[in-house]
Amino acid sequence: MTFTFKVNGKSTTVDVAPDMPLLWVLRDVLDLKGTKFGCGIGQCGACTVHVKGTPTRSCRLPVSRAAGAEITTIEGLSADGNHPVQKAWEAVDVPQCGYCQAGQIMTAAALLARNSNPSDADIDTAMNGNICRCGTYLRIRDAIHKAAATSATDGGGANRSRRSGDGN
Amino acid sequence: MKTKTPDKAVSPTPAVDRRQFLRVSAIAGGGVLLATYIEPFTNAGARLSGAPKPAADFQPNAYIRITPDGTITIIAKNPEIGQGIKTMLPMLIADELDADWSKVKVEQGRLDTVNYMRQVAGGSTATPTNWTPMRQVGAAARAMLVTAAAQTWGVPESELTTSMGTVIHKGSNRRIGYGELSTKAASVTAPELASVKLKDPKDFTIIGKGVPGVDNHSIVTGKPLYGIDVTMPGMLYAVFEKSPVFAAKVKTANIEEIKKELGVKHAFVVDGGTQLAGLLGGVAIVADNWWNAKAARAKLKVTWEEHPTAQQSSASIATQAAALSKKPPMRTLRKDGDTEAAFGSAAKVVEATYFYPFISHAPLEPQNCTASFKDGKLEIWAPSQTPEGGRGMCAQTLGIKDTDITINLTRAGGGFGRRLNNDYMVEAAWIAKQVGAPVKLLWTREDDIQHDFYRPAGYHYLKGAVDASGKLVAWKNHFVSFGDPEKMAAPPVQGAVPFAASAGISGAEFPARFVPNFALETSVMPLGVPTGALRAPGSNGIAFATQSFIDELAAAAGKDPLQFRLDLLANTPIQDPPPANAPPGQQPIVFEASRMRGVLELVREKSGWGRGTLPKGTGRGVAFHWSHRGYFAEVVQATVAKDGTIKVDKVWVAGDIGSQVINPLNAENQVQGSVLDGIAEALGQEITIEGGKTVQANFNNFPLLRMRQSAPVEVHFKITEFPPTGLGEPALPPVVPALCSAIAMATGKRVRSLPLSKADLKWA
Repeated sequence: MTFTFKVNGKSTTVDVAPDMPLLWVLRDVLDLKGTKFGCGIGQCGACTVHVKGTPTRSCRLPVSRAAGAEITTIEGLSADGNHPVQKAWEAVDVPQCGYCQAGQIMTAAALLARNSNPSDADIDTAMNGNICRCGTYLRIRDAIHKAAATSATDGGGANRSRRSGDGN
Repeated sequence: MKTKTPDKAVSPTPAVDRRQFLRVSAIAGGGVLLATYIEPFTNAGARLSGAPKPAADFQPNAYIRITPDGTITIIAKNPEIGQGIKTMLPMLIADELDADWSKVKVEQGRLDTVNYMRQVAGGSTATPTNWTPMRQVGAAARAMLVTAAAQTWGVPESELTTSMGTVIHKGSNRRIGYGELSTKAASVTAPELASVKLKDPKDFTIIGKGVPGVDNHSIVTGKPLYGIDVTMPGMLYAVFEKSPVFAAKVKTANIEEIKKELGVKHAFVVDGGTQLAGLLGGVAIVADNWWNAKAARAKLKVTWEEHPTAQQSSASIATQAAALSKKPPMRTLRKDGDTEAAFGSAAKVVEATYFYPFISHAPLEPQNCTASFKDGKLEIWAPSQTPEGGRGMCAQTLGIKDTDITINLTRAGGGFGRRLNNDYMVEAAWIAKQVGAPVKLLWTREDDIQHDFYRPAGYHYLKGAVDASGKLVAWKNHFVSFGDPEKMAAPPVQGAVPFAASAGISGAEFPARFVPNFALETSVMPLGVPTGALRAPGSNGIAFATQSFIDELAAAAGKDPLQFRLDLLANTPIQDPPPANAPPGQQPIVFEASRMRGVLELVREKSGWGRGTLPKGTGRGVAFHWSHRGYFAEVVQATVAKDGTIKVDKVWVAGDIGSQVINPLNAENQVQGSVLDGIAEALGQEITIEGGKTVQANFNNFPLLRMRQSAPVEVHFKITEFPPTGLGEPALPPVVPALCSAIAMATGKRVRSLPLSKADLKWA
């Protein structure tokens, strides 16, 4: 069956089984490898993308239910890694193995889009569904605060993501 | 891969059975290429006897490539699994080269054991084994560039200095970039690596600075880096179903039905062997995309042959262990003084049984490998910690030569010891050979957790005694562990215990040598569950048992647990003679009590140990452990709510890894990650076996640590004069007993059986 949706601003049509999760459409059909497979049951968050601006576990979303949606993946979060969250991640040197970080960044970007100055408790709540097996949580927390501070001073990134992400 | 903590018994110096040469050659388009070329001993023998040069002499390979435009590319040889090695090894080269780090490009080397020797991520060994050789590679290249500049300008080399990728002649105020010298440098005779002068550490410009990971930008922008991201033209996707009872073979499978499923190209039975770490029996399904292969697998109906380990269970193992503990031990690993006499005359005797469970590695990137088999040659793309071992296994299983196998290393989404085994690699190779097309094999999370090489469970039956002055006078441990059934059935090897992989213990394990009456005994049960090294293998369980028990003895002595440890470490240790069978140049690494006292004192100071009072329900615990040449002491503060809910408030860490913390930015990350890893293991991780099968399957019943559970971890290093050592593992072990002792102080309940989620910690 064919399904049409927008990925990173581009209209895309795929011909796949309707129960194929969006994750595998992105990775194996559209060759967008940034979104990762970790558990397949929505427990780890490595597969997080934005669907209409909302952080969503793409391993649990059948492509049939993504039809017509606007989807943003890590590849589409910014033009060249210049979203404040991505920049903060590099500045703080968050990654160890790095495998979970695309999912962490997508969740963090969505958090900052709706809460420009989150507290530690806000961060814990928003990020609790994203597992980092290497345990970089302390730096993730630092990087989110740093990104919030950057966005506040330059008035850029996080809000830009909200506009492009949810289309509201 | 270690099974008996060999890193404590073997020096970091590799056996000198190869001749080492520096090799230089011009590269196309100009430039210099510098490699340490390690000539195999057999080749050297042939060459010296006048035989023609072996083909290996003509293989170009490099750590450093400098092109005329000034680009410096450094090859990182070891597998990157999140430990930061792809950044750290090039830092060592670049510093001695006096390169401008911001202009250095780092490339991952493929498996090439002729040029790169050891390419392993394991045992926290890369720092001690590469600290000098990698610096020599950089220093040799720098020396050649200096020679080239001296020739260009007609000045003595002694008047030249280097900085930021340029050679400088102060006298004439001239500078020349390495790029401009690259072609000339290629004609310079390479110096002997062992003779090149290394920098005084005070002159380091990159080593000791916080350097962010070289792949960070690619990671945060979602570039393909990992094994799971590999794609090739015409590639197919595979899943592989194995028996939930380990190593059982396929009896029947509805292969013809599976072949009719959407997108399925191939489906077949793999007979497989009996080695748990090798190719096992199962059903391979190969499809046009991975989801179709997985969806077809859901329709698979397979029956398995009966298997002798199908009766095995965690409950039966526990019963056996308890029975063995009451019998005389099978082996005595160490005996000093007379423990029985000391127990008879001591002021206080304490007995306790400690247990830790099997646990899974669960790296976030599930096992995977891409393989292509064409015209008798195999090419592999794999996130492996031991690619050389994988190559050997593929060669043996497929019946081809090592030289017909190419292995490309990808970044790995975590390792933790799981990828020391290469089962996924040999599976992918086998399947690719059968289907005649490139194949990416990808396991599900359930495959990953149910077919792991688990951290073995362990049972420690401990008895200790203190005298009237509160001094530890006797210690006995009957360690009940697991044996490898094949080794147990074979004729016994003198002095060796037939431990299963990673299920062993060393007779030198602390507090050996520090207690006058000491006995370490062991008994093993046969096991049909795959086991293997998990981050800080052996230590990650042993530290929990021994350090927790030291706290119990401190309490019996009426002493502060930190002071009790300092006192214990102040004892004059029993001096052991060097092992008679140690190879030349490989003397045992001996535990230095003064270094451990140093970190204990540092963590006492930094945590404010013993100062101030804690609220009810809050406690502090301390522990130390020596593993992988690293000395770590840690203090944990935890609060337990009346309903038994645990909250870790803060962890203080003091570590001694020698004279130089090579990359402080990554060092802090590794230590924090190790500590949080240990907390995760202690809080809730357990693999149980029923009917010969693993019960847990995914993160819903094998919990990893989450953001809300992560406590601040304050990291301090004590700089000492010893050579730098590794940091992937040694910070993990102490946090487990330190947390349990904090909980004991908070609740009055000593937890002797992990995980903590099974303990009743309610208090009123």
